[in-house]
Amino acid sequence: MLKLTLAAALTSAALAAQFPAHAAEPVIGLITKTETNPFFVKMKEGASAEAKAKGAKLLSGAGKADGDNAGQVAAMENMIAAGAKTILITPSDAKAIIPAIKKAQEKGVMVIALDSPTDPQSATDALFATDNYQAGVLIGQYAKAAMAGKPVKIATLDLFPGHPVGAQRHNGFLQGFGLKSNDAKNNELARPAEVVCMADSFGDRAKGQTAMENCLQKNPDINLVYTINEPAAAGAFNALQKSGKDKNVMIVSVDGGCDGIKDVAGGKIAATSQQYPLKMAAMGVAAGVDYATTGKKVSGYTDTGVTLIAAKPVDGVESKDTKVGTELCWGKK
Amino acid sequence: MAAIPSTTLGAKLPPIGQLGPFIALLIACVAFGFTTDQFFSGENFSLILQQVTVVGVIAIGQTLIILTAGIDLSCGMIMALGSIVMTKLAADMGLPAPLAILAGIAVTAGFGLINGLLVTRIKLPPFIVTLGTFNIAFAITQLYSGAQTVTEVPPMMTWFGSTFALGGTNIAYGTILMILLYLGVWFWLRETGAGRHVYAVGNNPEATRLVGIPPERVLLGVYVLAGVFYGIASLMSVARTGVGDPNAGQTENLDAITAVVLGGTSLFGGRGMILGSLVGAIVVGVLRNGLTLMGVSSVYQVLITGILVIVAVTVDQLSRKGGR
Amino acid sequence: MTATTAPLVMQAKGLIKRYGQVTALDGADFELRAGEILAVIGDNGAGKSSLIKCLSGATVPDEGQILLDGKPIHFKAPIDARREGIETVYQDLAVAPAMTIAENLFLGREIRRQGFLGNVLRMLDKTKMLELSIARMNDLKVGIRSMTQAVETLSGGQRQCVAVARAAAFASHVVILDEPTAALGVKEGNMVLELIRRVRDKGLPVVLISHNMPHVFEIADRIHVARLGKRGAVLNPKKISMSDTVAVMTGALPPEQLPAECLA
Repeated sequence: MLKLTLAAALTSAALAAQFPAHAAEPVIGLITKTETNPFFVKMKEGASAEAKAKGAKLLSGAGKADGDNAGQVAAMENMIAAGAKTILITPSDAKAIIPAIKKAQEKGVMVIALDSPTDPQSATDALFATDNYQAGVLIGQYAKAAMAGKPVKIATLDLFPGHPVGAQRHNGFLQGFGLKSNDAKNNELARPAEVVCMADSFGDRAKGQTAMENCLQKNPDINLVYTINEPAAAGAFNALQKSGKDKNVMIVSVDGGCDGIKDVAGGKIAATSQQYPLKMAAMGVAAGVDYATTGKKVSGYTDTGVTLIAAKPVDGVESKDTKVGTELCWGKK
Repeated sequence: MAAIPSTTLGAKLPPIGQLGPFIALLIACVAFGFTTDQFFSGENFSLILQQVTVVGVIAIGQTLIILTAGIDLSCGMIMALGSIVMTKLAADMGLPAPLAILAGIAVTAGFGLINGLLVTRIKLPPFIVTLGTFNIAFAITQLYSGAQTVTEVPPMMTWFGSTFALGGTNIAYGTILMILLYLGVWFWLRETGAGRHVYAVGNNPEATRLVGIPPERVLLGVYVLAGVFYGIASLMSVARTGVGDPNAGQTENLDAITAVVLGGTSLFGGRGMILGSLVGAIVVGVLRNGLTLMGVSSVYQVLITGILVIVAVTVDQLSRKGGR
Repeated sequence: MTATTAPLVMQAKGLIKRYGQVTALDGADFELRAGEILAVIGDNGAGKSSLIKCLSGATVPDEGQILLDGKPIHFKAPIDARREGIETVYQDLAVAPAMTIAENLFLGREIRRQGFLGNVLRMLDKTKMLELSIARMNDLKVGIRSMTQAVETLSGGQRQCVAVARAAAFASHVVILDEPTAALGVKEGNMVLELIRRVRDKGLPVVLISHNMPHVFEIADRIHVARLGKRGAVLNPKKISMSDTVAVMTGALPPEQLPAECLA
């Protein structure tokens, strides 16, 4: 798929070179972690739509799997060779991609990170991403209000050790709940006394289920579960249902994918922070067009917004209902 | 007249090499029993068995392949494909559950056949072949499912995830099936000619050819049979999570190989115990469960598993050298 | 009684085998008599391996005839030869080292249990196979203590004995041995030679390919010299010297120049 896209891109770039009048069309490259994750599919949709609307040409590519840095580097080099002046990238490896980004920037290419930052964040010209800390804070605030002062025993189903997004959501959740936590720049997972179990779910349904089962063994009185994303939440729900505890335990999550919103509507997840990959990509394309036409680069971090979606609203915390959530969700509705 | 076998450390190892996985499991259980209150309970053990069922069943097929000095890097991906096929046929096309399950197993067996043909007819190394089919199976799974989880799953498919009461704890039917499958394959490998030929082909394929057993026939059979087990694992996966998940199976590829290696089966073929793979799978599950109960980071689970793998392979090497 | 009066067990006439441009067998003849150990010697490229491959069914000759007990036979694969009771021990022994002696003895010819257990469950009769293994090995006076030890725990000579005993156990016509004492020390080599003698004494003729002249002279009844894809000569080891034999093999000494008693 990548090869076909690039072959087309190279051909059209070659053709464009023959007809200087048409070379004014801005060429923007979008590189996602994988082709198939619905999150990135939505991103590509948003990017394509914006490119069409603004008369830009979009090249797209991806790595083979999460963590495939080499694939992303190759895609970047090919896109630049095909004339891309702006690269939008969701980096698979926050550090390893940096040399390739530097090379691109030396050629005058603007590089914008989408969804997750590089390490350091300043290595890219700009970052359009969800404020993952804020995403955690919102569901933490919701949980606090929903729990209404009951003593709480929390299980956190995290991603895996060392991942900045996992840390931000986890620490944000605890902060929002009003517990002792770490700040947004800290990659370590905070562990106040109320957190009776921390387990890794790898963002996966089956592993989330295993993590929840083991936590319940450790502490059968867990009544609040923070999950890194909605597949992990679905797995956690399964485990709770099998132990007959699903009615008494609240699950909160982050992502806002359509499957996840369905689970909120179905009562499996109490609240989720919805993020907007489409917006990230659209903003990225707009910035790319701007750069191509005016030469002005965009910089810094732009928060692409997070909305709390909950089936049952609570006092003092603003949330939207699942109808809104469904309209804005990413994935197949 | 007969020479006395050398009494080096290596020659003494085979019995220990065979018992190794059991000893490791015992040590782990005792250690967790002391450091946590919740480890030693029927319910917890039943839980661990349920958690390792999918990898455990995949490991049966993987053991057979590794016994022939091969390896299968695609097993998890084939399992995921099987679970998507089963659930989508039932959900989208309304196929009755038993037929959908059989169709899923037929697809996984078919992939096993492809692996086997590439290894035996085109004579490609199993590592390369299954690296390729790993990618192909993954791609087909993603395309066929549209990267969407299948949630409308008929109750019959999740039956193996349900439990029955036994002596105060709940045991899942899937656990019983896994144990029965292991016992069946154990019997087959030990007591039948076909099973012994699997060992012979792994140990010296030319020898089997010279005595009239075409190694290609044995290998093909092994790959197809492994595919069948991957299909059963697909059903176990659906039964446990209640859905057809196109992103399943990504870590199961290496997890199954880890279970087989920890269980004492030699990667060089011709040597090993099928029951060891079950123990190997359980050891990994015990580590994960115990460390969570202790509140220790999962990084240590990865570390300890890695150390155990090195130990297992070293023991295998030493016991082979001792026997000349 | 001289060897020449014993009946012919196996015979080949005019075997021709070509591999592309190379002619390995150029009208080779061959005769094996009952109750004898026939050594086949020849320089590299003389055609002795191709000859043996035709006799053991590993290769199909392009032209020529092979007769077993006077009847013409056509082998398409080694299994055909084995069906006719011709067993071959190859240089790499064809054993699975990790498996036991008993298992190796019956590899490919396993005995199943009776009744339901054997026919439906296809269970092997391990007790019977073990008994038979012990009996066979005792028969041939092979002094290995336990049939349940893995072949890889045996010394090179012992492994060779296991391979030879396996061939002898299942052969009903001919036993063919390809370089059985190569890579063995003096003591182990003698152990194998002893076993070969016992196989012959049990009534099985043995075809022995070897480069080891002292061993050939020690046990062979007759020596078949392969030269240039044909049968160069058949010699009587009791009458001819080792150095003359080597000379015939290399072509330095034409067989016509030998006295009649050296031929067999």
